[in-house]
Amino acid sequence: MSTEMYKPGSYPNLPPPPGTVGFYGWIRNNLFSSISNTLLTIVSVVLVYYLIDGIIGWFFFDAVFDADSKIECRKINDGACWAVITRRVGQFVYGFYPEAERWRIDISFLTMFIAFAPLLYPDLPKRKWLLWFSGIFPFFAFILINGGFFGLAKIEYSLFGGFMLTVILGVTGIVCSLPIGILLALGRQSKLTVVRTLSICFIEFMRGVPLITLLFVASSMLNYFMPPGTNFSILVRVIIMFTFFSAAYIAEVIRGGIQAIPKGQYEAADALGMNYWQTTRFITLPQALKISIPGIMNTFIGLYKDTTLVVVIGLLDPLGIGRAALADTKWNGLSTETYLFVALFFFVSCFAMSRYSLWLENKLNTDHK
Amino acid sequence: MSFLSNIWRNEKSREIIVQIFVLLCIGWFLSWLISNVDANFKALGKDISFEFLFIPAGYDINQYLIDYNNRDSHLRAGIVGLLNTGLVAVFGIILATVLGISLGIIRLSKNWLASKIAYWYIEFTRNVPILLHILLWHGIIINTLPHPRKALNLADVTFLSNRGFYIPKPLTENGIELVYLFLVIAIIFSVLFFKYAKKKQDLTGVQYPVFWINFFVLISLPLIAFVISGMPISLEIPALKGFNFRGGMHMSPELAALTFALGIYTAAFIAEIVRAGILAVDKGQREAAESIGLKSSKVMKLVILPQARRVIIPPLTSQYLNLTKNSSLAIAIGYMDLVATLGGISLNQTGREMETMVIVMLIYLSVSLSISAFMNWYNNKVKLVGR
Repeated sequence: MSTEMYKPGSYPNLPPPPGTVGFYGWIRNNLFSSISNTLLTIVSVVLVYYLIDGIIGWFFFDAVFDADSKIECRKINDGACWAVITRRVGQFVYGFYPEAERWRIDISFLTMFIAFAPLLYPDLPKRKWLLWFSGIFPFFAFILINGGFFGLAKIEYSLFGGFMLTVILGVTGIVCSLPIGILLALGRQSKLTVVRTLSICFIEFMRGVPLITLLFVASSMLNYFMPPGTNFSILVRVIIMFTFFSAAYIAEVIRGGIQAIPKGQYEAADALGMNYWQTTRFITLPQALKISIPGIMNTFIGLYKDTTLVVVIGLLDPLGIGRAALADTKWNGLSTETYLFVALFFFVSCFAMSRYSLWLENKLNTDHK
Repeated sequence: MSFLSNIWRNEKSREIIVQIFVLLCIGWFLSWLISNVDANFKALGKDISFEFLFIPAGYDINQYLIDYNNRDSHLRAGIVGLLNTGLVAVFGIILATVLGISLGIIRLSKNWLASKIAYWYIEFTRNVPILLHILLWHGIIINTLPHPRKALNLADVTFLSNRGFYIPKPLTENGIELVYLFLVIAIIFSVLFFKYAKKKQDLTGVQYPVFWINFFVLISLPLIAFVISGMPISLEIPALKGFNFRGGMHMSPELAALTFALGIYTAAFIAEIVRAGILAVDKGQREAAESIGLKSSKVMKLVILPQARRVIIPPLTSQYLNLTKNSSLAIAIGYMDLVATLGGISLNQTGREMETMVIVMLIYLSVSLSISAFMNWYNNKVKLVGR
């Protein structure tokens, strides 16, 4: 050991001891920090190995992507038989929407992103102009998808199906339920006893019963409550129910946000001479909505997932299409493939929504940590 | 004119006017709905009556906890359905709790790999609709498990086949009363001992290994009774007779699929709740506990968990409630729960949509309202009291 002498203040910066930083350091700290940790790592690695080995093989390498029936699939290989999907991919996406008219769905779907962009990303350039488009988009999409105007052929609702139906139900429900939910939350916090009681009754009723009973009501009973002779489409009835159902949940989330606002905020608003609506518009809602973003997004994701329930009352969402495919004797018994395919679609869209929610939450987070 | 505008400018009288106006609107709307129902029912020649509940249902239910056959009334069919809802809810809640808490703890583990596996598992399960989970599990059981003849054999006592799971059924014989008696004694002893030990610790600081003593007593006392009374429990093992199994306990594919699906789906949400609850405890609490020399298991048990519990329990209860409500999706695979019996077949057979749906909704509503009443009570009980 040689000892070197340094002048005060001139001691060189030494590298950290080996094995505490960098790749090895990371591995040591995160995977092998103790005996139990090492065991856990080994178990996890074995688990991952078997999962990947089994699943990847079944999904891709042993899978059959095109065949005429299940029996033919099995003759070719013993993995997944994706032919049940590839043969009906059009139905899974568009339902029974006429093939020649499918471009209308495509255009609506693509323009939907343009319409939502200014709402979702507050920093977008030319946002004001795009917001105008967001405003007219619902009418634009309705005309395009439904038809009956400008020489576009009218398409029956009963032909709607597949992922397109999921998106229509989900997006319409989400867009309509937010304003109703805000009104209900304000109603529940109102000083007026009548308004408060009515809001509480509505919210508790909607949250207390399973969605499926509400859908049964929509499909079998709602017409009794309308003047004799009215008959509006099952799709509209279902959207109404979805909207009310998720509005009740959103109301509760927003109520939590309203209650989290410090009392001083209201006192300050009163001191400035603001009336109720001004306080609500400029003080309560901006803060309450910001706090409740995660909850609202969770409710939206829940609503989007719940759209699958329409299969129980006979609408042909992706699950309905899948079940119809499975009822075909050629594809009988391929339920795992079919449902996993639909599950993947939902996973991708719901995961994207929850990522967006996290991003927005971080962006709007103004407390300086 | 100035009188009227004064009324409008006075806050109290304005509130009353607005409320009366809202009441009138709602009243008009409700009476409009009722008159519509009345007109529609007259046109169809229907009335509202609950007598259908007492006529024979005429349909079979493959899973029942109380005796039922198709000559029993719709009311009894509804009760069978309600009990089935309860059955699957209890199974599902047990599975979801065990799986969810384990996942939540693994998610917080310092081991990067284990934590990531739990993360992706949670994300995959909760971003897929529950109905898909149910159908997927049902499909797997029906389509990929073998026929009863080639059933998967677990240690010669449990069999898994596409007609359901067959597990041994415990049969009680003479002398079982002694075991029950000893079990009751053991429970009473452990409760008393727990109270005694707590009091002793409060007074003197002396600690007993309460958990281990109680655990030992609870296991050993009934075991001793079991041995001295001549082992009065025997297992009825399912056996293959003809095309299917006889004997033992049978778990239908529907019940199994529903239990797995509800349990696994809800577990993902519970895991996140547990994780959030533990993370919600201030970091300083853990540091303080470690600095006064508590070992890590004690830090968890005495400092973190009691505080996390306050955050965890309310959302946990609402997950249980969600699970119970989600069990109504059983109708998609033909499990005969409340919605499938009373709101399904009974509705179709009698044509009384209004009455059956009102009953079904009222039952769910009363269950969820009583649970939320309990939750409010609990929240008030554990709320931090500001000084």
